[in-house]
Amino acid sequence: MTKTMPKFLPWLLGSALTLGVSLAHAADTIKVGVLHSLSGTMAISETTLKDTVLMLIDAQNKKGGLLGKKLEAVVVDPASNWPLFAEKARELLQKDKVAAVFGCWTSVSRKSVLPVFEELNGILFYPVQYEGEESSKNVFYTGAAPNQQAIPAVDYLMNDLEVKRWVLAGTDYVYPRTTNKILEAYLKAKGVKAEDIMINYTPFGHSDWQSIVAEIKKFGAAGKKTAVVSTINGDANVPFYKELGNQGVSAQDIPVVAFSVGEEELSGIDTKPLVGHLAAWNYFMSIKDKSNDAFIKDWHAFIKNDKRVTNDPMEAHYIGFNMWVKAVEKAKTTDPDKVIDAMIGIEAPNLTGGVAKMLPNHHLTKPVYIGEIQADGQFDVVWQTKGLVEGDAWSDYLPGSKDIIADWTDPKIKCGNYNTVTKTCSSQNYK
Amino acid sequence: MPSRPLIRAGFLTLALAWLALLAIGPAHAADDAAARTLLAQLREADFSGKTALIEQLAALDHPRIATALKALADSRLYYQEAGNRVVIGSGDGADIAIEDAVSGAALGQISKRDLDRITTNNRLRTLIENRLASLGLASADPEQRKAAVEAFLKNPDPTESERLRARLSVETDSEIKELLAMSLALADLASPDAAVRVQGATTLGGQLRSELRGPLTKMAAEDNDSTAREAARIALARTQFRLQLLGWAETLFFGLSLGSVLILAAIGLAVTFGVMGVINMAHGELMMLGAYTTWLTQQWLPVNWSLPVAVPLAFLVAALVGIAIERGVIRFLYGRPLETLLATFGVSLILQQAVRSIFSPLNRSVASPDWMSGVIALGPLEVTLNRLIIIGFCIAVFALLWLALQRTRLGLEVRAVAQNRAMARAMGVRSARVDALTFGLGSGIAGVAGVALSQLTNVGPNLGQSYIVDSFMVVVFGGVGNLWGTMVAGLSLGIANKLLEPWSGAVLAKIVVLVFLILFIQKRPRGLFPQRGRAAEI
Repeated sequence: MTKTMPKFLPWLLGSALTLGVSLAHAADTIKVGVLHSLSGTMAISETTLKDTVLMLIDAQNKKGGLLGKKLEAVVVDPASNWPLFAEKARELLQKDKVAAVFGCWTSVSRKSVLPVFEELNGILFYPVQYEGEESSKNVFYTGAAPNQQAIPAVDYLMNDLEVKRWVLAGTDYVYPRTTNKILEAYLKAKGVKAEDIMINYTPFGHSDWQSIVAEIKKFGAAGKKTAVVSTINGDANVPFYKELGNQGVSAQDIPVVAFSVGEEELSGIDTKPLVGHLAAWNYFMSIKDKSNDAFIKDWHAFIKNDKRVTNDPMEAHYIGFNMWVKAVEKAKTTDPDKVIDAMIGIEAPNLTGGVAKMLPNHHLTKPVYIGEIQADGQFDVVWQTKGLVEGDAWSDYLPGSKDIIADWTDPKIKCGNYNTVTKTCSSQNYK
Repeated sequence: MPSRPLIRAGFLTLALAWLALLAIGPAHAADDAAARTLLAQLREADFSGKTALIEQLAALDHPRIATALKALADSRLYYQEAGNRVVIGSGDGADIAIEDAVSGAALGQISKRDLDRITTNNRLRTLIENRLASLGLASADPEQRKAAVEAFLKNPDPTESERLRARLSVETDSEIKELLAMSLALADLASPDAAVRVQGATTLGGQLRSELRGPLTKMAAEDNDSTAREAARIALARTQFRLQLLGWAETLFFGLSLGSVLILAAIGLAVTFGVMGVINMAHGELMMLGAYTTWLTQQWLPVNWSLPVAVPLAFLVAALVGIAIERGVIRFLYGRPLETLLATFGVSLILQQAVRSIFSPLNRSVASPDWMSGVIALGPLEVTLNRLIIIGFCIAVFALLWLALQRTRLGLEVRAVAQNRAMARAMGVRSARVDALTFGLGSGIAGVAGVALSQLTNVGPNLGQSYIVDSFMVVVFGGVGNLWGTMVAGLSLGIANKLLEPWSGAVLAKIVVLVFLILFIQKRPRGLFPQRGRAAEI
């Protein structure tokens, strides 16, 4: 009983509100679904994204809504429970008839809702960096693909810090395994020998890092500059960094570049031992730009707490939401097929002074930044890509996927996994 | 128009600068100006430009440069638009105290937003450390000289070796002398002359410091001179055996440390589950409450003092919650283990969501006190201080609990009720009160364990979940109702895990240990040290 309480309470409240509002203006609202966990283990990350979408909808309504109608959020709570994500997605699309859904964090939750969106022809905006190897007609990937985060970070370490020995450390699940596979192939293509790469996986929430850190130290004592590329997920990062600090491994000796540690994660850590370690993202709260300042101000006003931080997935929702608004205005309807077609090529400003463009493979163009952790939990940008990087759905460094491209505009292709050698779309259901 | 306090501050600086001028004379005025210009250039320079500027600053013989460079490395150096000057900030809040970087004059409190921080990166930090170290080489304080040589060992820089050699000839402290000789040998490894390299490698042979191993390994593999390669190989081989032994000692320590954490997590359960026979699924959440208590005490007390205060507080909080659980839920369910399991599982979810609602779902940051950070050398073995303290803490908690059960009136009653409830009641023991107190004791110890865990892992609503399975594992393996069993089980599981980990990886090590446990329980269902006598039959 206790388990269903947190799950149902906000939902009941939400749907009661929805019911009230939708009776009042039966036809003149456009519904937007928000599919983020508000309870369970993922609530720590996803609650913020729910608030971000609510803030964006609120701002759009203040500007007069969309197509002359008000936007209306339908918030559901999938409670960090992957099958429940699919149920809630079905409910949003079939019962609430939402025009678009903003949601999901983990790859497994996205994979869980994917068949539902394809069956019912919905639109999903997915805001988190992920492992790639996917392009669905019904999903727009507003987070980074591996070539927009992992590969540039490795380039930075290799060229600027002259790293010669690599530790690829990750949590044991699909995102780190795929990313590390891509990175391993990439490093080997760059001439790094197999004995200079150490790969290590740990279970979720791993808390005893003593022997792994000792091993990394030993691995790093071979006379070559060593770095750790970390795809360690969520909570396991804190004890990992603490152990590094305690065993005296500083960022100057062995830098750690992380792909899953952002401002929000750092706000729960004592960051003093972490100063100088790196993270790669497409957005940092510390980047000075007018649009970013305005966004942070709006966020603090909306959440009524000026201590709260902003992070990369929030920017992804900001871009995705503005793109969807533009696409609906261009298509003059919320009909999914027309909006999906209108989305390609839409441009919307990002928060770091540039413009993001939706590509035919449903990924974005993004700048890539490398930041060093500061004692106040923010990042200092130490490197950035010269221009924007185009998101690549299928990695060029994996044998199975280097011939595959995704293109949803070319009438000859029109699928998410076109093999340029055999000139066919494969039989997977990403079409 | 600048505001009045600003004018005043400006005037004050001017006056101070003038005073300084008078005091030091014109020679330093030129230095001040040069330092000011270089510092001001730091703001606009890119990272390679900054490298050059830092070299120039370090070469400047100015008393404030060390302070300013240290501030730059700590990201506390700012540019103040309003005064067109470089300042050093101190403090953590939105408003920080600033002082002039060159004169050191205090300039009052100012909002961080009005300051432009001068950014740095790892490479600059290393550079600054090295330059500061070589400034410290001539210091009168042996600690500073030692730190200077240590910094050189970490980032050898052949251009500095002349200064080291000069120092070696006048150095009196034997420990520093040894370090200096080592540093010079290390610098010799980079010499173009093969004979010097061989000499360096021979000197370094048999030394255990990890900084030396890297350059030697590199030399053994890559040197173009075969005698030099051979010398490096011999030097490495001389440490090989001792390193191997050290590696085993290290693994053993890791195992003991993991074991002590397991014991801490399980020992409270050994009381509630082992002695009372209550399956308490909310045990993990009681540890979580202990960890949150630590966080709360840190909000009120300085970090260095918070832990000793947090221990009794966490015990009280968790014990009170435990007693409330026992009086409110469990006492109606004695003798019905399945219902107890379900009810306490419910309680654990309620506690988790309550913490989520009160403290937010985000993790809380618990700082480590200074006396718990860093490494300490036990002979040649370097161990992390926090782990060592937690091992000691675990022993202390265990000893106290054992004394409480063996030597106090409450302990006697607890054992009596556990052995034969009806007989104990007949002898006048108030069994209901004893139940509540026993449960409170077990819960309080869980809270104390939470204080230790807050130093190792995340303090968040899910903290308890990750330890509950391990706790039950330890208690069942050790034999229900036996404190010594819990101790032996925790240690052996910890050591087994750490022995397996390098060989099989962390994921597989956990699985292997679990499979072994399942098989063991098949063979000996009552664990390592089964209870004998009448209590076992109930």
